[in-house]
Amino acid sequence: MRSACRSLFFLAVAVTLAGSVQAQETASTTEEKPYHVAEDGTVSWPVFSGFRRYNSVCHTCHGPDGVGSTFAPALVDSMKRLSYEQYMDVVVNGRKNVNTAVQRTMPSFGLDPNVMCYIDDIYAYLKARSDGVVPRGRPAKKEDKPAEWAEAEAACMGL
Amino acid sequence: MARLTPVSGFVLAFAGTMGLWATQAAANDELLKIQDDPKQWVMPLGNYSSNRYSGLDQINRDNVGDLQVAWTFSTGVLRGHEGGPLVIGNMMYVHAPFPNTVFALDLSKGGQIVWKYEPQQDPNVIPVMCCDTVNRGVAYGDGKIFLHQADTKLVALDAKTGKEVWSAMDGDATKGETGTSAPLVVKDKVLIGNSGGEFGVLGKVTAYNMSDGKIAWRAFSAGPDDQIKVDPAKTTALGKPVGKDSSLKTWEGDQWKIGGGTTWGWMSYDPELNLVYYGTGNPSTWNPAQRPGDNKYSMTIFARDADTGMAKWLYQMTPHDEWDYDGVNEMILADQQVNGQDRKLLVHFDRNGFGYTLDRDTGELLVAEKYDPAVNWATKIDLKTGLPDRVKEFSTEANGEDVNTTNICPAALGSKDQQPSAYSPKTGLFYVPTNHVCMDYEPFKVAYTAGQPYVGATLSMYPPKGEDHLGNFIAWDATTGKIKWSLPEPFSVWSGALATAGDVVFYGMLEGYLKAVDAETGKELYRFKTPSGIIGNVNTYEYDGKQYIAVLSGVGGWAGIGMAAGLTEDTAGLGAVGAYKALSSYTALGGTMTVFALPE
Repeated sequence: MRSACRSLFFLAVAVTLAGSVQAQETASTTEEKPYHVAEDGTVSWPVFSGFRRYNSVCHTCHGPDGVGSTFAPALVDSMKRLSYEQYMDVVVNGRKNVNTAVQRTMPSFGLDPNVMCYIDDIYAYLKARSDGVVPRGRPAKKEDKPAEWAEAEAACMGL
Repeated sequence: MARLTPVSGFVLAFAGTMGLWATQAAANDELLKIQDDPKQWVMPLGNYSSNRYSGLDQINRDNVGDLQVAWTFSTGVLRGHEGGPLVIGNMMYVHAPFPNTVFALDLSKGGQIVWKYEPQQDPNVIPVMCCDTVNRGVAYGDGKIFLHQADTKLVALDAKTGKEVWSAMDGDATKGETGTSAPLVVKDKVLIGNSGGEFGVLGKVTAYNMSDGKIAWRAFSAGPDDQIKVDPAKTTALGKPVGKDSSLKTWEGDQWKIGGGTTWGWMSYDPELNLVYYGTGNPSTWNPAQRPGDNKYSMTIFARDADTGMAKWLYQMTPHDEWDYDGVNEMILADQQVNGQDRKLLVHFDRNGFGYTLDRDTGELLVAEKYDPAVNWATKIDLKTGLPDRVKEFSTEANGEDVNTTNICPAALGSKDQQPSAYSPKTGLFYVPTNHVCMDYEPFKVAYTAGQPYVGATLSMYPPKGEDHLGNFIAWDATTGKIKWSLPEPFSVWSGALATAGDVVFYGMLEGYLKAVDAETGKELYRFKTPSGIIGNVNTYEYDGKQYIAVLSGVGGWAGIGMAAGLTEDTAGLGAVGAYKALSSYTALGGTMTVFALPE
């Protein structure tokens, strides 16, 4: 547990770095609705960023747009049940469910900057998908990349 | 060993060499002999030429419609089942995806299980396998069954007892290197490749001594000449020597060390030329801007000396890949006439959508044509330079990072993935299971961390504009580069084909059907829905005077990622009749082998 706590701590730092606009809002609002989608379908930048990162890393098991695959659960469903903390825990530390009938293993992404620097973005995207406010596929319209977000990304990724 | 006197050491070494010679000749001759016996199915692709053709004709175009299920066998594993069983004498060897169980079944006793082998592997290997925990089959040689496990370990099992004779750990799964491909036994060696191009793993092929599991040679896909086993003066590319540092020159800095070019596909062998053929996969990352240069030798066909591993010739099909068009698909060896001349051919249906016909002795490029008319990233391949004529509109490099390039055909799945084609010397045609899928591709910057995904692009896949099917099964003339006939299929055809002397071609479908079609016309003659979607390869054998057709079903693999829930949300928009649904509305998980025969 101690090592898990420690990686969660580092994670918290990474999240703050990757921060984005959401960091300025209160925790409870951002966890419940960590996205904005305008009436014309324009998504907030983190949702778009989350779409890109999700469909680069996570989709190889969880399917395109979070719809699941033959071997990993559909996150559009899972995100209805998982709290922000539980989501963080699974992504950072991974999870194993291996027995004679099932071989499910979620790897730990705690050390992967391609995931950790964007973990709130991926959360925002999946919540928006799970809440049914963002359809499948690439969001047609997106807000511009906020300057603070770009700075935080550069710092986190060491670009 | 320290206690041995120099003399006994010498004697031992000499005796060892003698033993090796004996094994080499025996194993080589044995496989060459068995591969010509149509009653047996001794290697995953049927023979060294990877023809997936059988001389059996008891089941033929007139009676295949009467086919019935003779028996079935459950592997007890749920995930994607690629590859297919081997049949040697009265024994059948069936493998499964992770945990890579192997069963030996006695056909003389109604398929009774003689032995079962289940390796202990760290489950952490599961999520570093990019596209499900598939395994494409075991190999046979010298009384042993060779299993290339997910964790990269190569295990030699006694074919009679299933007891482990030796094992060798080929790579490091903690860095994302995994094993999915079937080994190939050549002479006294057993060859394997590696997987992990999405984790920045450097590709390599390793030849192990069949007797003791020691490394005989290893050739990497990128790096210094001695590491990639290329002779600057003697190894040729389209007839010309490749020159010094031909790989290193095409990378910036040390990027080649995490540059991919993994070797997870199929290998072939020409005993007369003593050459082994295989292809290398995508360069890492998928973001082309992060790896300037041609990225040699990713996306390359290699012809290597089977004894030393030295490359005789090579040909890079897609320099500086921008779409994930791995070059690992099967290399089919056939002897046909091109332009009125007898040629020793190598035919390869690449992920990039072009069907290549080369002279397998010299590496000369003879034909390169699109085998799916939807292919649009290049207009043609220049036969002299070997270079594709790229279309700027579909170039993810030209459009740059953070730009979404749309309507590229084929998708990253390729016009065909690993599912092996068949070649019938009787019709002279190649039978090719294909994907008919296009994509949007947006590359962006990624950082490398050992053991973590190193992808760097977001993809969306969908059928070509205005179309509603995701696959075709085609008959191809490799001497002219033309499609003879094409059967549209609702989903990608992700199953290996089989052609027989009975003028029948078999293949499986993702919905679960085993299908038989007329080898001349493509007319459907038979279909049967197996328990799950088929991504395995169809095989045939004869036992006790009866011909059988065997196939593994068990949906999954890369096809199971995208198509399980459908590629898009709203299928209504795709047009009326035949609009496809999610694969999950046709089939569910579960590994089963189904064996077919004609009724008594």
